[in-house]
Amino acid sequence: MTSLIECQDIWKVYSVGDVEVQALRGLSLTIEQGEFVAIMGSSGSGKSTLMNMLGCLDQPTKGCYRLNGVEVGGLQHDELAGIRNQQIGFVFQSFNLIPRTSALENAQLPLFYRGLSLKDQRAQAAAALARVGLHGREDHYPTQLSGGQQQRVAIARALVTSPSLLLADEPTGNLDSQSSHEIMEILQALNHDEGITIILVTHELNVAAYAGREIVIQDGQILSNRRTKVFPPSSSVEVAPR
Amino acid sequence: MTAFVWLTIMTALRVLRRNRLRAGLTMLGIVIGVAAVIAMVSIGEGAKRAVQEQIATMGTNVIIIFPGVTSSSGVRGSQGSAMTLTVSDALEMRKRIPLLTDTGWARRDVMQTVYGNKNWNGPINGVSPSYITIRDWSFTSGGSFTQTDLDSAARVALIGQTIVENLFELGEEPVGAVIRIKNVPFRIIGVLAPKGQSSQGTDQDDVIFIPFSTAERKVFGTSFIGSVGAMFGSTDQVEDLSQAVEQIREVLRGRHRLQTEQSDDFTIRTQVDIGKVQEGTSETLTMMLFAIASVSLLVGGIGIMNILLVSVTERTREIGVRMAVGAKRHHIMMQFLIEAMTLSLVGGVLGIGLGIAGAKLTTVIAGWPTIISGDVITIAFFFSLVVGLFFGLYPANKAARMNPIEALRYE
Repeated sequence: MTSLIECQDIWKVYSVGDVEVQALRGLSLTIEQGEFVAIMGSSGSGKSTLMNMLGCLDQPTKGCYRLNGVEVGGLQHDELAGIRNQQIGFVFQSFNLIPRTSALENAQLPLFYRGLSLKDQRAQAAAALARVGLHGREDHYPTQLSGGQQQRVAIARALVTSPSLLLADEPTGNLDSQSSHEIMEILQALNHDEGITIILVTHELNVAAYAGREIVIQDGQILSNRRTKVFPPSSSVEVAPR
Repeated sequence: MTAFVWLTIMTALRVLRRNRLRAGLTMLGIVIGVAAVIAMVSIGEGAKRAVQEQIATMGTNVIIIFPGVTSSSGVRGSQGSAMTLTVSDALEMRKRIPLLTDTGWARRDVMQTVYGNKNWNGPINGVSPSYITIRDWSFTSGGSFTQTDLDSAARVALIGQTIVENLFELGEEPVGAVIRIKNVPFRIIGVLAPKGQSSQGTDQDDVIFIPFSTAERKVFGTSFIGSVGAMFGSTDQVEDLSQAVEQIREVLRGRHRLQTEQSDDFTIRTQVDIGKVQEGTSETLTMMLFAIASVSLLVGGIGIMNILLVSVTERTREIGVRMAVGAKRHHIMMQFLIEAMTLSLVGGVLGIGLGIAGAKLTTVIAGWPTIISGDVITIAFFFSLVVGLFFGLYPANKAARMNPIEALRYE
């Protein structure tokens, strides 16, 4: 079985004026289907660049990135958009909900670009909102929702397409500890119950503690990479016959 | 796809509703432009129709032939001063040109007319009976004179409304009354229906018609018996006019024994020629107004582009989010194009309404005739659509070309 994510010797080089910035320097990484990974690192370490790359928003300058066995490098803008739409869900630090647009319509957005009928869009978006505990708030506007609720709408938007990969970039960065806890519970449940692979960027150790694997990035390279929980979880381990 | 377009339109409408004042001000350019086009063209068409109606008072498919110009020792007389056209020319034309349904002739002079203790100075026209039918005169009372009247040089007259007003008391019946022209008594047998001003601005109702023969022998005292001031012809179809003109030229040149190198000693005009001048004037006016309106639409379009560029910048993050969740370039492009087109279309429809109202108001207040044609409305509608499409293209493309990462990071 192929791994969900396979990065081999990934380089990302920006040129800012005359200066070359090496954001990623020969990074290699494999993430299996169903893992819950926390990526940590100081700002400027290259973790955001890595997230953008994993989310198919950006492409490596050099190296090979396979998502579900498909080489992403060299794909066009619209092909990447198609992959994001089909396989990836995003959760951002600042929620990035579309203003003055109801929770339901925000959650509908990815399905809208899939070309689903309006009826299907609504039904699936409503189910996704119910999944994050926002049943009955479909018609609320972002300004009428608390930060935690807004982030839950964003999670509903991310999971409405049943993605294989959910990328969360500091999802609790703008939230109080109570809301943070709720959000992390939801993410953990999604990972545990539905087997969605989650990659999380965070500064906070207690947030990272929800994950089963911790990767620390420094200067565009992996500093440490360790499993904090057994993977796959023991319940689903197949015991090889002797 | 249809769900996508529909939802995009709904989104566009919501965005516009959200910024009602801004959208309204943006649309204003288009509204004014379209309204101006509709109002101007309606007024222009109305004016054109009025001119056409005025030209029609000349009669239908009329050809007029004037004599040439006299020249003695290099001094030229006024047009028609030569006595080159005669009654026999007219009769020959009638005989040899089957295209002409009728031919008539006339001579005029300004003379005093007396009735009771009143008098009036105006044009007296000696005409053939056919002239009355060619020029399409009708009667409010009485009727025209006949060939018999012409043959016998009867002393009968037809008078126009201006004459009635100036010689007769209100309510007095002119038919049967006897007026004196140059001291010759004439019995009035018909009163002409009013035609109003001619396209040249002369009063067409200030007119007295008497049989040509009577005029020649008893009133004008001409030394050139048989010469006419103008000849008239008419054809069945407008299309036949130019061919008839050629044939008339041929007949007259033959009769006047003109050599090929000599120029015509007569001038031929048709109603179409006269109409062309008038229509040309109103066409120029319409074109000019159209140009002004187009500039207004252009400015309106630039306004839309401007506000759309602002909108694209304001919504950079939104564009980033849309791209992140899978919007392709054409999705983003469509979204902003539809927004631009919604703006210009709503503006266009408002403009059409305002334009029609403006045209109607012009009719009510200024009394100018206006004609609102469906063509103009259709053109205005599509024009505003095209303006939206054209000026939306640049901002929409700008949005579609954004880098999703930078768009998401935009503050």
